[in-house]
Amino acid sequence: MIRLLSWHVIALILLTVSVTVTAADTVAGEVPRQPINLSAVVMFLLFVIATLGITYWAARHTRSASDYYAAGGGISGFQNGLAISGDYMSAASFLGISGLVYLSGFDGLIYSIGFLVGWPIILFLIAERLRNLGRYTFADVVSYRLQQRPIRTLAACGSLAVVALYLIAQMVGSGKLIQILFGLPYEVAVVLVGILMILYVSFGGMIATTWVQIIKAALLLTGATALALMVMVKTGFSFETLFRQAVDVHDKGRAIMAPGSIVSDPVSAISLGLALMFGTAGLPHILMRFFTVPDAKEARRSVLFATGFIGYFYILTFIIGFGAIVLVSTNPEFLNAGGLLRGGNNMAAVHLSKAVGGDIFLGFISAVAFATILAVVAGLTLAGASAVSHDIYANAIMCGNVSEANEVRVSRITTVILGILAIILGILFEKQNVAFMVGLAFAIAASANFPILFLSMYWKRLTTRGAVWGGASGLLTAVLLVILGPIVWVDIMGYSEPVFPYKYPALFSMLVAFTGIWIFSVTDKSATAEKERESFDHQFIRSQTGIGAVGASSH
Amino acid sequence: MSEEIYARIHRSEAFHRYIAKRQRFTWTLSILMLLVYFLFILFIAFAPEILGRPLMEGSVITIGIPIGIAIIVFAFLLTGWYVHKSNSEFDRDRRKIIEDILK
Repeated sequence: MIRLLSWHVIALILLTVSVTVTAADTVAGEVPRQPINLSAVVMFLLFVIATLGITYWAARHTRSASDYYAAGGGISGFQNGLAISGDYMSAASFLGISGLVYLSGFDGLIYSIGFLVGWPIILFLIAERLRNLGRYTFADVVSYRLQQRPIRTLAACGSLAVVALYLIAQMVGSGKLIQILFGLPYEVAVVLVGILMILYVSFGGMIATTWVQIIKAALLLTGATALALMVMVKTGFSFETLFRQAVDVHDKGRAIMAPGSIVSDPVSAISLGLALMFGTAGLPHILMRFFTVPDAKEARRSVLFATGFIGYFYILTFIIGFGAIVLVSTNPEFLNAGGLLRGGNNMAAVHLSKAVGGDIFLGFISAVAFATILAVVAGLTLAGASAVSHDIYANAIMCGNVSEANEVRVSRITTVILGILAIILGILFEKQNVAFMVGLAFAIAASANFPILFLSMYWKRLTTRGAVWGGASGLLTAVLLVILGPIVWVDIMGYSEPVFPYKYPALFSMLVAFTGIWIFSVTDKSATAEKERESFDHQFIRSQTGIGAVGASSH
Repeated sequence: MSEEIYARIHRSEAFHRYIAKRQRFTWTLSILMLLVYFLFILFIAFAPEILGRPLMEGSVITIGIPIGIAIIVFAFLLTGWYVHKSNSEFDRDRRKIIEDILK
């Protein structure tokens, strides 16, 4: 059956490729093409060939549902640490944060720190309990002592909302990036990303996704290190020289060395801080990574390595951003007629690679950026497909009465559907401003997924009713406040005044979620609620000792 | 079988002492991290000019930059401390307590 499905997938892909190639030819006449960067294309092809090879190998080793969802629990702490940092160091953080530093200096560091400090919290409060209680998705943990159907449905909605928003942002970003880097038309780029992602995830499952992520993380860390080193060589390894030159050439002068315009008022600062810190602890594709290691001990080690790699990477992006101020903003080759960066501020790191290392290094960094997008969308798609197949299909609809093979087949079909949807949405949203989507994804993760996950493990009196009503109201509040806020209401819909004055909703939506969960739980006097509270001790002992937890599979 | 083990663990005083000690450690570290981070956020929100002061006379580097880098390093060190203590001391204690219970 799976083999039959595989042929369908391949036939579908061939069909899509041929359709898009024809579409690309018709588009090429109208849009002026960028010159194709040969070294970038060669290096990217090498990456694709290597990762497809890994996918082939992984597909042969994927036999059970545990292999498919969790790489059989056989990933080591170090490997998982690299893979987690790979998931986390998306193109948005590499290009986005270095672009933010390029634009406003110190403010970029505020984002980096917020993204990083979520990790110790995940480690201290969540990682090992998650590993000891769950199997494939974080909904396993939330529904451990609560009712399967409503909880799984809610958790899957939270997961899918986060995955969809993140995925659209990545697809649009990848299309634009590839357009600039490789000279390929936007649609071709989006279709290419979609097809590769379907191949990795549907055939290789978590094993392939993890190894694609590991390779990409190693490449990205190497590339960023080289870039930062070359910047430091140009400034004689003196930070004083680097920062002084940056202050001299930047429009904002000394203001780039201090907190500035990004967070203009206390409410925004705290709200953004909350979303960054607790959003990380509610990202389904990140939480899923903790099921790929054999036990709680390796889960802890993976966070240690991940925090190290991510922290190191963010320090590099700070140097890269300042390097771009000094070496890119002063070079007319990289600027358009208006004196702005060609391709937007997010291209700062890419232009810098050309400024310090010429065409070959530009090719390398471009290929790394593309690889980064591919790996991140693969991780997201797997998380989305698992929410559909494991949470909704196998547990909410079939109540667990489903064979492993069936469940995995549903997951593979979902992967193909998600991939096609991502391609369509990526093309539809080409001209839209998608910058708010990652922010909204973090807000939803912090206001729906995180509160129910955290309280299910820490608060004995939590009941199904509380989790469902509170979690759902957190999710809706986050979405509503972003729509009524300045980014969507004013910038996209064109109204003059926002209904909700702040850009970041997390402070309010998290408050709504936690209050809602509390009120609906403590007032729940039903018999099932009483049983749910009684099972807490049992759950607590398992979360602390790991007795009864799912271990690594035997082969 | 496993229900019986759970019940015995639940009755064990040694286990509850171990949990209390562990929770204390975990919450101390969590609160430390939250404190450092939200202190930084509050400075950004209410007194950004303090972070904008020069590190030394005549330097363009502001104190905000080493503080920011220090928070990243602090987060990593805290993680390292937690993992080291959990993977050696706490894991050993827990294994011993459970072995005693199962005897």
